[in-house]
Amino acid sequence: MIVVIDYNIGNVKSVCNAFRHIGCDVELSCAPEAVENATGIVLPGVAAFGYAMSALGPLAELIKEVALGGKPLLGICVGYQMLFDESCEYGEHSGLGLIEGNVVPIPAGRVIPHMGWNMVKLPADMELLAGIGSEKHFYFAHSYYAETSDRRAKTAYTEYGFDMPASVQKMNIYGTQFHPEKSGEAGLKILQNFYDICTREALSC
Amino acid sequence: MLTRRIIPCLDVKDNRVVKGINFLNLRDAGDPVELGARYSDMGADELVFLDITATIRSRKTIVELVEKVAENIFIPFTVGGGIQTVEQIDELLRSGAEKVSVNTAAVANPELLTESAQRFGNQCVVLAIDARRSEERPGKWQVCIKAGSEPTDIDVVEWAVKGEELGAGEILLTSMDADGTKAGYDNELNKAVTDAVNIPVIASGGAGKLDHLYDAIVDGGADAVLMASITHFGNYTIRQMKEYLRDKDIPVNL
Repeated sequence: MIVVIDYNIGNVKSVCNAFRHIGCDVELSCAPEAVENATGIVLPGVAAFGYAMSALGPLAELIKEVALGGKPLLGICVGYQMLFDESCEYGEHSGLGLIEGNVVPIPAGRVIPHMGWNMVKLPADMELLAGIGSEKHFYFAHSYYAETSDRRAKTAYTEYGFDMPASVQKMNIYGTQFHPEKSGEAGLKILQNFYDICTREALSC
Repeated sequence: MLTRRIIPCLDVKDNRVVKGINFLNLRDAGDPVELGARYSDMGADELVFLDITATIRSRKTIVELVEKVAENIFIPFTVGGGIQTVEQIDELLRSGAEKVSVNTAAVANPELLTESAQRFGNQCVVLAIDARRSEERPGKWQVCIKAGSEPTDIDVVEWAVKGEELGAGEILLTSMDADGTKAGYDNELNKAVTDAVNIPVIASGGAGKLDHLYDAIVDGGADAVLMASITHFGNYTIRQMKEYLRDKDIPVNL
């Protein structure tokens, strides 16, 4: 069972809808025991960074703990940005600190927010992005992006006047700046991949 | 490269999709959930649902509609019409909308843009502007509110710039003069606004032929093109539109 963290912000339901559509067991919950027992955790998000972190409240520590313990964790959009150390969206805010790096504004000189379908180059060694080909369009909607300095992290990029990180993986911690739940068939495949990773990890324990 | 977006718009009244000319003479165009799913299957990049009745009674209906749409469609969609408070925005986002558009309420209470951007991020706050050519000031456009029924003294370009400053992350710019005419977008309007702001602009009103889409992107500078009449009544498929643009070197998601 995958648990999508219900922390009172937008689009949590869409992520659940997408998992259900592809036949995956999923539960929307904020109960600590559900997080502990889950095969994998999804941290979704349509919100400003600071608002999302404060909405997460004490759950932040628990999510960090289970992720450091090896449970697969997938962050989406702001949920992905929250995997990093800090963000400067509407003030300075600390993130979960699971991946070294900061969330910074997309540099001026282009249309911001970065909004719409952009091509992501899919590295062969990123399991989350497997089975879709070498590149594909995904749906983005954001004004900040995560810059990682973590050498253990693998990164997939999209081009927006510069190579902008679009997805990251560090061991059992995964994230996408784009919205897989809103990116049609290719996005659903990513959610399926995450579900498969969770199922496999649960069996190997 | 970021692609230009093709966005069918579903004007919803009494649970049905309707389409008129210059905001009048509405004609039935189908069931919103079914039409939405069809456009999603056809390769639309996004959908916009506008509750054009926007009464208190219809508010509950629109939340239910959003939930139904979100269960069946895995592309982003924007919902607008009669939204007045941060709480209503929250409810719609939680029901499955990706973005919300505000129009009259933003004119009446510009703070709404700022408050919602700080809470939800500016990427989900769409400022919808209904623009009409000004008779008193040639070459200018005036903002109209209440579904286009009430003209204001506000200049469209100035309002767009202010909207961006206040926290809007996108502008849905509808030309009331061109709406439903199928005679082409008002690209003078589109250009005036896209030159003045740095956020994405969706051009709306007037699409009738494929080259209108191209013109809105190239001459108008639009990041996305919205249409209703020409898709609802079967003139062109989404794929035809995208292939046409691709063949003219416009990046699209095909």
